[in-house]
Amino acid sequence: MTTETLMWLIPLPPVLTFALIVLFTNRSKTLSHTLAVGAAFLSLLGSMIVFVSALGVEHLGEHPFESSVNWLPLGESVETYFKIGVLVDPTTAVVLFFVAITIFMIFLYSVGYHNFGQPEGDHDHKGLPPHGATVEEHGHKHAVPSVEPMYSRFFAFLGLFAFGMYVLVLSDNLLTFFVGWEIMGLCSYLLIGFWYAKPSARDAAVKAFMTTRIGDVFMLLGIAYLYYATGTLTFREIFTEEVLHTLATVPSGFLGFSAAGLIGLLLFIGTVGKSAQFPLHVWLPDAMEGPTPVSAMIHAATMVSAGVYAVVRMFPLISLDARTMTIVAFIGAFTAIFAATIAVAQNDIKRVLAYSTISQLGFMIAALGIGAYVAAVFHLITHAFFKALLFLGSGSVIHGMEHGVLHTGNHHVDPQDMFNMGGLRRKMPITFWTFLIGGFALAGFPLITAGFWSKDEIFADAFANGHWAVFITLALAAFMTAFYTMRQITLTFLGEPRTQEAEHAQETPWTMTTPLIILSIFAIAYGWVGIPEDFMGLPLQPNWLHEFVGGTLAEHPETIAFSWIPLLTSLVVALGGLYLGWMTYRSVSSPAEDRFQIPLLKNKYYFDEFYDRAFVKPAYWFAENVVYRFLDQGVIDGILHSFGPATDRLGSIIRNNFDLPVINRFFGDGSAEVTYRAGDKLRAVQTGRIQQYLMLALVVFIAIGAVLYFFLMA
Amino acid sequence: MNFIDAQLLSLILFVPAIAAVIILFFPDGENKLIRWFAFGASLIPFVLSLVAWFRFDANQPGFQFEESYVWYEAIGSSFHLGVDGLSLTMVLLTTLLTPLAILASFTITDRVKWYMMLFLFLETGMLGVFMALDLLIFFVFWEVGLVPMYFLINQWGSANRNYASLKFLIYTMGGSLGLLLAIQLLGVLFQTFDLVTLYERWNSIDPATPLLGMSVSTVKTVAFWAFAIAFAIKVPIWPFHTWLPDAHTEAPTAGSMLLAGVLLKLGAYGFLRLILPLYPDEARIFAGVLALLATAAIVFGAFASYAQTDFKRLVAYSSVNHMGFVVLGIAAAALAAGTNDANIALNGAILQMFNHGLSAAGMFFLVGVIYERTHTRDLEKFGGLFPLVPVYGGILIFTSMASLGLPGLNGFISEFLVVRGSWPILTVYTVISMLGLLFTGAYILKGIKKVLHGPLNEHWAHGEHRLTEINAREVLVMVPLMALILWIGIWPAWILDVINKAVVTLF
Repeated sequence: MTTETLMWLIPLPPVLTFALIVLFTNRSKTLSHTLAVGAAFLSLLGSMIVFVSALGVEHLGEHPFESSVNWLPLGESVETYFKIGVLVDPTTAVVLFFVAITIFMIFLYSVGYHNFGQPEGDHDHKGLPPHGATVEEHGHKHAVPSVEPMYSRFFAFLGLFAFGMYVLVLSDNLLTFFVGWEIMGLCSYLLIGFWYAKPSARDAAVKAFMTTRIGDVFMLLGIAYLYYATGTLTFREIFTEEVLHTLATVPSGFLGFSAAGLIGLLLFIGTVGKSAQFPLHVWLPDAMEGPTPVSAMIHAATMVSAGVYAVVRMFPLISLDARTMTIVAFIGAFTAIFAATIAVAQNDIKRVLAYSTISQLGFMIAALGIGAYVAAVFHLITHAFFKALLFLGSGSVIHGMEHGVLHTGNHHVDPQDMFNMGGLRRKMPITFWTFLIGGFALAGFPLITAGFWSKDEIFADAFANGHWAVFITLALAAFMTAFYTMRQITLTFLGEPRTQEAEHAQETPWTMTTPLIILSIFAIAYGWVGIPEDFMGLPLQPNWLHEFVGGTLAEHPETIAFSWIPLLTSLVVALGGLYLGWMTYRSVSSPAEDRFQIPLLKNKYYFDEFYDRAFVKPAYWFAENVVYRFLDQGVIDGILHSFGPATDRLGSIIRNNFDLPVINRFFGDGSAEVTYRAGDKLRAVQTGRIQQYLMLALVVFIAIGAVLYFFLMA
Repeated sequence: MNFIDAQLLSLILFVPAIAAVIILFFPDGENKLIRWFAFGASLIPFVLSLVAWFRFDANQPGFQFEESYVWYEAIGSSFHLGVDGLSLTMVLLTTLLTPLAILASFTITDRVKWYMMLFLFLETGMLGVFMALDLLIFFVFWEVGLVPMYFLINQWGSANRNYASLKFLIYTMGGSLGLLLAIQLLGVLFQTFDLVTLYERWNSIDPATPLLGMSVSTVKTVAFWAFAIAFAIKVPIWPFHTWLPDAHTEAPTAGSMLLAGVLLKLGAYGFLRLILPLYPDEARIFAGVLALLATAAIVFGAFASYAQTDFKRLVAYSSVNHMGFVVLGIAAAALAAGTNDANIALNGAILQMFNHGLSAAGMFFLVGVIYERTHTRDLEKFGGLFPLVPVYGGILIFTSMASLGLPGLNGFISEFLVVRGSWPILTVYTVISMLGLLFTGAYILKGIKKVLHGPLNEHWAHGEHRLTEINAREVLVMVPLMALILWIGIWPAWILDVINKAVVTLF
């Protein structure tokens, strides 16, 4: 099999799984998860083969693996047909690498997370999280976790999700890219709302779909514009010198943007939605309503990464217009610090991670905005690994806590609230150590973790190219990141258990811990592929990632000379933040003692409330009262209904003023009257005497004869 | 086989009518027999139109399978039938949806005989419009289709059926008055109603010679608007749309399926078959108005749909929203006829007609399925039904997503092509229509949220009210629709190729 054929095949196993589970195997939990995990493994295998072949090709950037077919017949000849295909260039290869691994880990983890092998719940309902089951062992009853009632369905959706991501990553054109993009939108909707009977989950699902759709409609316009301007949507046909030159020089007629600038901006709005950047960030924290593997799927492996990947993919086009790039950099940097401040005040273990995701995505977007292409890709990959690790880790923690809740039977204890935890390092050692690695990677703990190297590269790039505002903003955001990460670790794992439930928490099964261990290896080791060549003046190997990924661009990005300032900044913010976080929270045991429970931060700057009042409610009000009741039922139907009475009135006018007096009375009744009266008068003539009749006949005869004679003879 | 070859279109056209006449002689009580007979009879035109589809040579310009019979010689009208890629697509849609609609009506128990007869007559009426190549025949079938639908709504509809059926009938008839006059005008001028001849002669009139004492452009403008208003009401274009939610909501399920699936397409078909070729100049001049109204339909249709609390009305308004894209594509094509952008827009518009036929028919059927069981359409009375009816829920989500325009399903392809085609021609309107696309998402998700998601409404969970799962017959209605929705979404080439070639040669 050629690599190209294999590239076509990679997305297929998960989608086939989806179809098979939905149509046939949904009653069998074992069969469904075997199919799903097997499919994820096949895709992983295919991706690894493609990745390895990609490594072996010199100048992959100029000669990528590609293959395409005619898809939409448009216009007059086969040349104008719309083609779709697959493409693997260096960036795709490295993205495919992390996507395949994280997806497989999430699939595997889901088996344990949904309590496979446990009994059915006592009173579990479809559409609600499992509540646990009672089992009898050795004569006494105790509560154990129960298996998810919609277990098979979960794997089906997960398969479709994976399919969407693979389609997106492997696409050689923007249209199928968008197809994958939207399929993921659907899957995030289905999975965030997986426990659809919970109103909060249901609303979060709708919110996620609608918020990202705002970005998507702009992106669709951008795609339409790009297709119009270039006649193609295939990446490699767009990224040629003359096409890019044309796009950069043709004005768009909108606020002085060039065509490239406006297209770039429209596409970027899509990313703002998908990657939850300010001001469309509101959906991502609510996405926590879904089961935790979904959070990992959305936050690390697929959806939000897809948003950044879109900018990465379209970088040659977006980077043409300086104003668009400034907007990108501003949105990214602002989001990075904005979300970090909110994360400090959250108590839900998953919500902290959610805001950290938004903030880290801001780092990547900001990096792209200042042109640090390789650094952004690097951070995208390392973040995917450590964020997947952290989410799965938090899921493991919650699972452990739920175990405690089942043990004590006190269902009022929120197993996600970090203030209910504490001391879990002894109860859940694997989870603790892997979470620590993930947390330190997020915080950018120097030298060891992958997060340090990728974040450092962003700092170095911003510093070297004089983007001071971005540099300082991101440094502050990084400091806060380290701070809230340590707050999270301290509150969750360190100290002593603060509740009975935490006391009885339990380590999770191997299907959950194995993915944690594997991901934690990547959360450390992946950083090593991108160590700068002259780091601290040491004679090191060339930066592999820079060489490889940089080859994607037509112009290989320059290597940045080493400088101590960004390195020291990076060290200070990471270590300083971690230390301060530990110092502040090691003795805090309740929200009341937490100095950062500021209402403004805790309520996320009231954005949800603001959007609700400013957009959601008015939109419904407008729809119902203006469009439906006023326009349709009032004005339009009002006019239509007036036709009835108007015709009626016209009819009565005709009847009363013409029909009745003229036709009826004058002609109708009138003629009858005339006839009647005439008859009445003439009645006198009808005497019944034959002599009179004959006499009359004679008179008439003579009269007619006289008249005839007069006219004819004269 | 020779007979079939030579009379293929006539057969497709008249088999339903003949079957309806045969049903007349069935004994009254034999409901089962009548149902199956009607269903079987409606499959014949479907099979025959498949034959036509496969024998159709897309590369050959002009009309195929033409038939012409003497009809009304004195005024120059002949019974002239023929199809090209545009009309064949619509014929296929009609002959596909009718058997499904009949299958969907198996639960009707009231006057089954008359019901089925009306349905079959309706099919003949609709097919005639798509096949006619003579304006008078076109008009005859245009009106013939109205009558059965009027009675279907009026006799088998729900509570407010009298109002809805009257509104539907009078509105459409009102629109077609102008159409009839304009057709007469053409007949008087050229002594023929033959469309193929008219295509050539109408546009080669010397603009300097006065017609009927007026300048050519005045006459054409008047005739253009007479045509346009008739079709605009049928599509329907905002603000002529308010008959639609009433008629769709009150009609029996299968009636709504065909109303949305096919009858609305008659209007759009009129624009494509008659207005664009006969009035290219007027269409270009007034394309701005058309685009404005189309955008209004897209945006206001979506908003109005979002405002509904009646499930069926929500779906009904979605038709206004979706058909707006068809008209937007037509307006763009009228404005820039002959360009590649116009071709793409038209491809999108025609495919959107077909796609909307599939998804709207599916949506109305699914509303009908739940209405039959619960006897309510009030969204507030449902809630959390997913665990009770998982299969139904899955099908509903699938069809809703097609309606929403999810990439990977059919609606996306056509909407994308319309947006792509009209972007360079009608940029501002295209941008505004995105607001409609956004709210398409809002109302679709609202429907799913209110019906399937959320806490279970216990009323439907127990006892006599217990909601039963969608049955095999109902699944059978949905399977062809869903298969096509998916197939066109993934591999649209088979149908788009036929449409594209028709567009390239026709406009």
